[in-house]
Amino acid sequence: MNRRPIFLIGCLAFGFAFFYVPILSMIFFSFNRSRLATVWGGFSLQWYGKLFDNAQILNAAILSLKIALLSATLATVLGTLAGIALARFRRFPGRTLFSGLVTAPLIMPEVITGISSLLLFIMMAQWIGWPGSRGFTTITIAHITFSMTYVTTIVQARLQSMDMSVEEAAMDLGSKPWQVLKDVTLPIISPAILSGWLLAFTISIDDVVITNFTTGPGYTTLPILIWSKVRLGVTPDINALATIIVLVVACGVGLSSYLLGRAERRRERDVQMAIAANA
Amino acid sequence: MTAPAHQGWFDRRGWRDFIIAAPYAWLVAFFLAPFVIVVAMSLARTATQSPPFAYLPQWPYVRLDSYGRLFTDTLYIRSYLVSIRNAAIATGLCLLIGYPMALGMTRVSRSTQRLLLMLVILPFWTSFLLRVYAWIGLMGTNSWFNRAATAIYNALVPADWAITSLHMMNTNFAVVLVMVYSYLPFMILPLYANLEKLDLNLNEAALDLGSRPWQVFKDVTLPLSVPGIIAGGLLVFIPASGELIIPSLVGNAADPMIGRVISDQFSIAQDWPMASAVAVALLVLLVVQTVLYSYFDARARAGAEQAP
Repeated sequence: MNRRPIFLIGCLAFGFAFFYVPILSMIFFSFNRSRLATVWGGFSLQWYGKLFDNAQILNAAILSLKIALLSATLATVLGTLAGIALARFRRFPGRTLFSGLVTAPLIMPEVITGISSLLLFIMMAQWIGWPGSRGFTTITIAHITFSMTYVTTIVQARLQSMDMSVEEAAMDLGSKPWQVLKDVTLPIISPAILSGWLLAFTISIDDVVITNFTTGPGYTTLPILIWSKVRLGVTPDINALATIIVLVVACGVGLSSYLLGRAERRRERDVQMAIAANA
Repeated sequence: MTAPAHQGWFDRRGWRDFIIAAPYAWLVAFFLAPFVIVVAMSLARTATQSPPFAYLPQWPYVRLDSYGRLFTDTLYIRSYLVSIRNAAIATGLCLLIGYPMALGMTRVSRSTQRLLLMLVILPFWTSFLLRVYAWIGLMGTNSWFNRAATAIYNALVPADWAITSLHMMNTNFAVVLVMVYSYLPFMILPLYANLEKLDLNLNEAALDLGSRPWQVFKDVTLPLSVPGIIAGGLLVFIPASGELIIPSLVGNAADPMIGRVISDQFSIAQDWPMASAVAVALLVLLVVQTVLYSYFDARARAGAEQAP
């Protein structure tokens, strides 16, 4: 069709303005001299300066990073195992319950996951005396639980679309099982494992609700700190913090999509050269 | 699928047991067990002790008082209905804005498609909380956005109705607006995936046979995109109906959504059995939706397989 779909282009323009104007407005007002976050009072970098002097924000950011790194890594391990179990084992006792347990956290509202995790930790403390107090460990356990199922979904899909005969060929050619895993299966599903880890990391570092229920005194993550500040109103130092976060995320996403695109193109070229060489 | 001729790397006995048991045990301990505790808690009664609940000392041990209050106390029925209404309006608006965007994305060059796709996903990777925060700034009475909206409103209505600023914060309007903003990518992505697969030759054929463009849309594109509409609709409706952050930050405390009621009953009123009963009621709503979704999804897939 050669006609320009003017209406659709207009909708796209409106939609992307809707997406980005609030974020750009937030960034713009981070350079505001005025204390009022939404009335322009001249250019200033003072809120960025205040941000770097604030030890509380820095500590919260470090705590968030630690929890996200640990929980994303463990969630990736457990989630990948669950993905392999569901994709490769057609029959085992309790498979129906297992696949239900993998799907349920995806639709469970965070507030219910949060309250039920808190109740579990309270009951466990009563019955077996652990955990004595809530904090790093309880937050990490709760994050692993609800992010591992995202990893499972991604890895399972990748394994199901993968050609099993590649593994069988490696077996026929005399590879030992662990060699097949290391040299064939893991390289094929590694992009899925990587995206699963990234998703688990993002979910953990962004979480407010579940963290709010499972945290204890002295353990304030960055989103919890922002949450408690935002409830009191709009202040320019949050705008400055938001600007830094948006910039870091945009760079990360841009870089990773560039690298993934390059790897994809290289693989396509390799495949074509292999075909050409064999022809 | 036929059985493999020989065992795969994953089929050794010790391995196999470990691969299944490790994630299974984790989910039973930290997902199933907490859920069972919530159900058990909803059958207890509130008590002035720590923790604040108790069971009857003799048979039948449990009470259904909390579930009874769900139907007698108007707060719960109201919040249930407010949640469904807000989530439904947000889903409808997401469809209205997202559908033409997804369709537009399929009509541009491949490289532009990739860029636009990244621009749709990018806000999803930035903090959810900060996206809500951005709107708090815009909706305040002094902001440029509110003043512009007020000016437009005043220009449209008779002079007698003129106002100094629009009341946006802490209303259900604000909740719906921010939900549309936050969940729009969930609508666009499945719609785009669906529309992108459609065969443009069908449109050409209909145009050649004399259909007008809007007829082509109504008779060809729209019916073929129903699976995408259902998938996107549920991806928006399900999280929106249980939402806690948005109603807590920009919503009206006197007219709360159900997620906020659960949280307040638990943390502020310290009524754990009641909070649990409301949670179970919300889950029933979500399970019904999910079952409907799998039913429609399975039917759509079966239909797609029957087609030549």
